[in-house]
Amino acid sequence: MNWLWSNLDQVGELILVHLALSVPAIILSFVVSVPIGWVAHRSRWAHGVLLSLVALLYAVPSLALFIALPAVTGLALRSPVNLVIALTLYGMAVMVRTAADAFDAVERDVLQSATAMGYSTAGRFWAVELPLAGPVLLSGLRVVVVSTVSLATVGAVIGVQSLGSLFTDGFQRGIEVEIIAGIVATIVLALGLDWVLVHVGRLLMPWSRPEVKNVRGEPPPVVKRVDAA
Amino acid sequence: MNLFLDALAWLFDPAQWSGSGSISQRIGEHLWISLVVLLIASAIALPVGAIIGHSGQGRELAIRVSGGLRALPTLGVLTLFGLWIGIGLSAPILALVILAIPPLLAGAYAGFESVDRHTIDAARAVGMRESQIVGKVELPLGMPILVGGIRSATLQIIATATLAAFIADAGLGRFIFEGLKIRDYGEMLGGSILVIVLAIVVDGCFAVTQRLVVPAGVRATRSSELRSGPARPRAVVGHAINEGNQ
Repeated sequence: MNWLWSNLDQVGELILVHLALSVPAIILSFVVSVPIGWVAHRSRWAHGVLLSLVALLYAVPSLALFIALPAVTGLALRSPVNLVIALTLYGMAVMVRTAADAFDAVERDVLQSATAMGYSTAGRFWAVELPLAGPVLLSGLRVVVVSTVSLATVGAVIGVQSLGSLFTDGFQRGIEVEIIAGIVATIVLALGLDWVLVHVGRLLMPWSRPEVKNVRGEPPPVVKRVDAA
Repeated sequence: MNLFLDALAWLFDPAQWSGSGSISQRIGEHLWISLVVLLIASAIALPVGAIIGHSGQGRELAIRVSGGLRALPTLGVLTLFGLWIGIGLSAPILALVILAIPPLLAGAYAGFESVDRHTIDAARAVGMRESQIVGKVELPLGMPILVGGIRSATLQIIATATLAAFIADAGLGRFIFEGLKIRDYGEMLGGSILVIVLAIVVDGCFAVTQRLVVPAGVRATRSSELRSGPARPRAVVGHAINEGNQ
C-alpha cells in the first residue's frame, strides 16, 4: 500500500490522461455512428453492407489495430490521436448496430402520424425519431463507455500513457499494488462515466421511464415490423 | 505505403517461416492456446448458462457478472496473473479463461431464454420430460445465439492471446513485442496483419456456422415471414418468430 500513497499524484495524473483518451473517442463514436445507423435503418441494402463492415471491425484485435492504424493514417505509433481513432472505430462497432436497432424500434405508426401532421423528413428525425430512439441509443452508449475505458489501457504496451501504464510498469517492476490500483481505477472510471451518462440521459430524456418489465424481467422486445402493405 | 511494403517484405521472407519462433509455429501456438482456453471456459460457462436460461433463476446475477466484467481491463488481469504465477503459459491461460466466461455465459443463457415460453409449454404439454425439453427444444432453438456467444468469446480470446505474449513467449503477439523492442515496424505490422487475418477468418467460420445451426423449421418460417408476411401481427401465431433474436 505504501506504493499507492507515495504515488497518488501519478495515479491522479494518469486518470486525467485516460479521460483525455477515452472521452473524445466515446463522443466521436456516438456522433459518427448515429447518422450511419440511421442510414442503415432506412435502407435494407445499406443495412447489410454497413452492419457487416462494423462487425468485421469488431473482429480486429485491439493491439493489432493500434499498430496497423498508423500505417494508414501516417500518425506516429505512440501518438494519442492514433489511439483515439482506434478507440472511436471500436466504439462505432457497437454503436452503429445499436443505432440501427434504435431507429428500427421506433413505431412506424408514430412516424406516419408525424408525417401526417406535416413534419418534414428532417423535422421528423429531430423531433420524433431521435427522441424516441434515445433510450436505446443510451443503452448502446453505456456499453461503448465501459468498453472504451477498459480498452484504452491496452495502448500502454505500445507506449501510449494511460492507466494501463500502471499495468506494464507494475509488471516490469514487480509491484503488485500498482497493477491492482490500475485495475481498480479503470473500473471506477468506467462505472463513474456510466453513472454520469445515466443521469445525463435522465435529464435529457425525462420521457424515458424506467423500462417496463414483463413477467420474466426482460426489457420490452425490439419488434421489427414487416413493411405495411 | 512504405510501411506496408516493409510488413509484406517481412511476411514473405522465407526465413520467417522456418525454424523456432517461425510464423507458422506462432500461428499454431496462438490457435492452440485459444482452443484450450475456449474449451476450459466453455466447460464452466455453458452448463451454468444453460441452467440459468432454462430455469430463469440467477438471471440477475448472470447479467451483472457478464456485464460488470466488461469493465475489467484485460491487460491488468494479465499482468497481475503474470506477476502472481510467473512467466509461462498458466497465467495467460487462466486470465483468458476468466475473460472468456462472460460472453459464453451470456450467449448460453440468452440462447436458452430466447426460446418462446409457449413453445416450451407446448413441449411440456405433449409429454416431454425436462431433460428432453432442454435437449430437443431449447438447445436447437437457442443454438444460433449460443453459437453467437461462442463466436464473440473466441474473438476475444484470439485478441487477448495477442496481448498474452506480453507475459509469455507464445503466440502471434511475440512478433509485435519483439518488433517493438528492436524498433522493427515491419515485423510489428506484419505480426498485426497476421492476427487480424486470423481473427477475421475465424469469425467468418463462426458466421457460417451460425447460419447452419438455425433449425430448418425456423428458417422456413422466418423467410416466409419476411417475404409475404401480413402487415398486421397475427393473433397468437405472431409470437412464434421470436427465436433467433432477429
